[in-house]
Amino acid sequence: MEVTVDGRRVFAATGGRDFDPAPPAVVFIHGAGMDHTVWALQTRFFAYHGRGVLAVDLPGHGRSEGPALDSISGIADWLTRLTDAAGLPRAALAGHSMGALAALDCAGRHPERVRALALLGAAPRMPVHPDLLAAAEADDHLAFDLVTDWAHGDSGHLGGARAPGLWLMGGGERLLERAAPGVLYRDLAACNAYQDAPERAAAVTCPTLLVLGADDRMTPPRAGRKLAETVPGARVELIADSGHMLMTEKPDQTLDALKTIL
Amino acid sequence: MADPKFLKFDTLSLHAGQRPDPATGARAVPIYQTTSYVFRDTEHAAALFNLERAGHIYSRISNPTVAVLEERVAALEMGVGAVAAASGHAAMHLGIVTLMEQGAHIVASASLYGGSVNLLTHTLPRFGITTTFVKPRDLDGFRKAIRPETRLIHAEILGNPGLEVLDVPALAEIAHAAGLPLMVDSTFATPFLCRPVELGADIVIHSATKWLGGHGIALGGVMVDGGRFDWEASGKFPTLTEPYAGYHGIDFAEEFGPQALVMRARSEGLRDFGAAMSPANAFHILQGIETLPLRMARHMANTARILEFLGGHEAVAWVLHPDLPSHPDHALAKRLLPKGAGSIVSFGLEGGRAAGARFIEACRLASHLANVGDAKTLVLHPASTTHQQMTAAQLEEAGVGEDMVRLSVGLEDPSDIVEDLRQALRASQRS
Repeated sequence: MEVTVDGRRVFAATGGRDFDPAPPAVVFIHGAGMDHTVWALQTRFFAYHGRGVLAVDLPGHGRSEGPALDSISGIADWLTRLTDAAGLPRAALAGHSMGALAALDCAGRHPERVRALALLGAAPRMPVHPDLLAAAEADDHLAFDLVTDWAHGDSGHLGGARAPGLWLMGGGERLLERAAPGVLYRDLAACNAYQDAPERAAAVTCPTLLVLGADDRMTPPRAGRKLAETVPGARVELIADSGHMLMTEKPDQTLDALKTIL
Repeated sequence: MADPKFLKFDTLSLHAGQRPDPATGARAVPIYQTTSYVFRDTEHAAALFNLERAGHIYSRISNPTVAVLEERVAALEMGVGAVAAASGHAAMHLGIVTLMEQGAHIVASASLYGGSVNLLTHTLPRFGITTTFVKPRDLDGFRKAIRPETRLIHAEILGNPGLEVLDVPALAEIAHAAGLPLMVDSTFATPFLCRPVELGADIVIHSATKWLGGHGIALGGVMVDGGRFDWEASGKFPTLTEPYAGYHGIDFAEEFGPQALVMRARSEGLRDFGAAMSPANAFHILQGIETLPLRMARHMANTARILEFLGGHEAVAWVLHPDLPSHPDHALAKRLLPKGAGSIVSFGLEGGRAAGARFIEACRLASHLANVGDAKTLVLHPASTTHQQMTAAQLEEAGVGEDMVRLSVGLEDPSDIVEDLRQALRASQRS
C-alpha cells in the first residue's frame, strides 16, 4: 500500500493482504541498498496469522520516493512518522542490518511507540570497509559485488536455497543493482557513522530478540551478542549455517525465530 | 583494493545448488524419486500452499533433485533463479506463457530450431499469440516488427542451422527501448561459451538435453530468469504486476522483485501446464554439468581441428562456422563468444543433395540422428529431418540449403573423427 510521509509517497508491502491497523502491527525495515522484497518469505506468514504487516521501502528505495535519508536517527524518526501515517500508535519493529540499527534507535528514543523489537544481523557498530564505501560513493558495480559476497555465507555462495530454484547470489546482486545511484552509499555512510547503539540499547523497554547468523561476516555473531548484552532482557537466536542475509539464506529458521517475538 | 571472492565457473559447475545431503551425508546429488513431501502439520501445509514458507509440496512444482539443477544453471548463467522443464521446448513454452496472454505478439529470429518455428507459426496462433519472424542479422527489422501488442523478442544465440551469431547487446537495446524483454535460447553456447544475461538478455532458455547434459541420455529444459528486467516500469506484463486470482491475489513483482518471473513460472506454469522434469533426468543432466567446462573445452578444440580439415578438402564446397574468418559474423563471434562459437559445423558437399545423402550413409563413427551436443559426434541432413516440416520458403528464410550437412563435433580423438569424415567424403563423391 502507499502512504504519504513528509509529503512523499511511501510504499509498504502488506504480506499479500490488505493492511488492517486494528490487529497488532509489525513494521519490517530492510537493510542498506535493499527493499521490502528481502522479507518476502516472512511477511506473508504474519499477514495471514493475525498481524498487520508493513514491509516498508525506506525513502529512495524500492517503490518509495526519495531522497534516501542520511542518518540512522533520521530513519528512526521517519519510522515514527510512517507509523503515524499508517494509524499505528504502537508497532513491533523488525529490522535487518541498517534497518536493525534504525529499529534500535527508534525503540531507544521512542519506547512508547515500539511493542517488540527484532534485530537481524545487528551489531553495536557497523563500520564499513573503506574500499566498499569508496566504490559505493563512485556508484561502482564493485560495491554491489562486495556486498553480495560478504553478505552471504556458504548457503549463499554454494546454494541449496530453501525456495526451489532460486540462486541467492544473483537475486541479492540484482536487488542492489535496482537501487538508484547514490542510495547504497548514503545507507552505508549512515551505518558507518552511527555510534549511538549502546546508549539506545540501554533505553529499550520492550521485549527484544536478536537473530544472528553463525557465519555472518558483516555483523559477526560475537558483535551481535555484545549488542544483546546491552539491551535489557534481550534474547539471542543464533541461526546455524547462515551469513548476513538471514531472511533469504535461512527463511524458515528466521521466521520461526521471529514468531517468538513479533 | 578489496575484491569479491565468488566461486569460479568450474567450481560452480560441480557444487552450485548442492551441499552434502543433510539426511544421509551423501556427497553426490541424491535422486529424490518421490512425488510428494510430508507436511509437518496442518499449519505447515497451509503455509507452503500460501507461499508463506518455501519448500516442496509436489514434484510437478518442485523436487529437491531438480532444484539443484535449477540453481546450478541459474548460477552458471548469472541469473536470479531457474525453472527446469520436461524439455527445451517446454522451457521455451514456459517463458512465453508466463509473460503473455492471447492477443500478444512475439518478434522472433527466423533462424530457429524447426520445432520452435512450428510452435510459433502453427500452434501458438491457435491460442491467440502470433509471431513475426526476422532474419537474425536484421536488427532494424526487429525494431520495425515491434507492435504495441509485442511482448517478447526471441532468438537463438547461434542460429539453427545457419550459425548466425546473435548480437545480444544490440538486440537487448532494441528490446529494452520498446519496454520488452529479450529471451535467448543459448543451447548451442552453454554458459561456458557465453552468458547472455551478462550481455543484456533478460531470459535464457536451454535445451539441457544437448551440451549441458552432454551425453544424449536425458531430455530436459531450463528457463533462467536474468532478474534485470523491470516489469513494473514496462507496464506490459500484468501476469507479473497485477494481483493473480489463481494464487491468492499475489502480485509477483511486488512480492518477489527481481525474482518475479521465475516465481510465477513455477507457481503457475509448472502447476498448470505440468511439463515438469523428472528427478532422474535432472540427476543425469547434473552429472553432465559437473564436467561442462572440461567437455566444452574439448568440444572446441576438436571443432577447430575439424574446421581445419574440412576447409582443405576438395569434396567440401563450403564450410560455415563463426570461428572461420569467412563467416559474416566472425568479428561478432570473437567479441561475444571468445572461447569459440560452439561445436556445430555446417558444410556443403560438392555434388549437392545426392552427395550429402551418400556422405551421411557412409559415416561409420559419426552417428546419423536428430540431436546435437552429444559427447559423440553426430551428423544430420537438416532439410530431410529437423527442418522437414518447413516449406521451401521457410527453408530459404532459415538458410537451409539442400546440400547442407550439420556436424555436431564430439569428444572422440580428433584424428578418428577426421578419418571418419575423410572416408565418408570420399564415398560421397562416388556416383
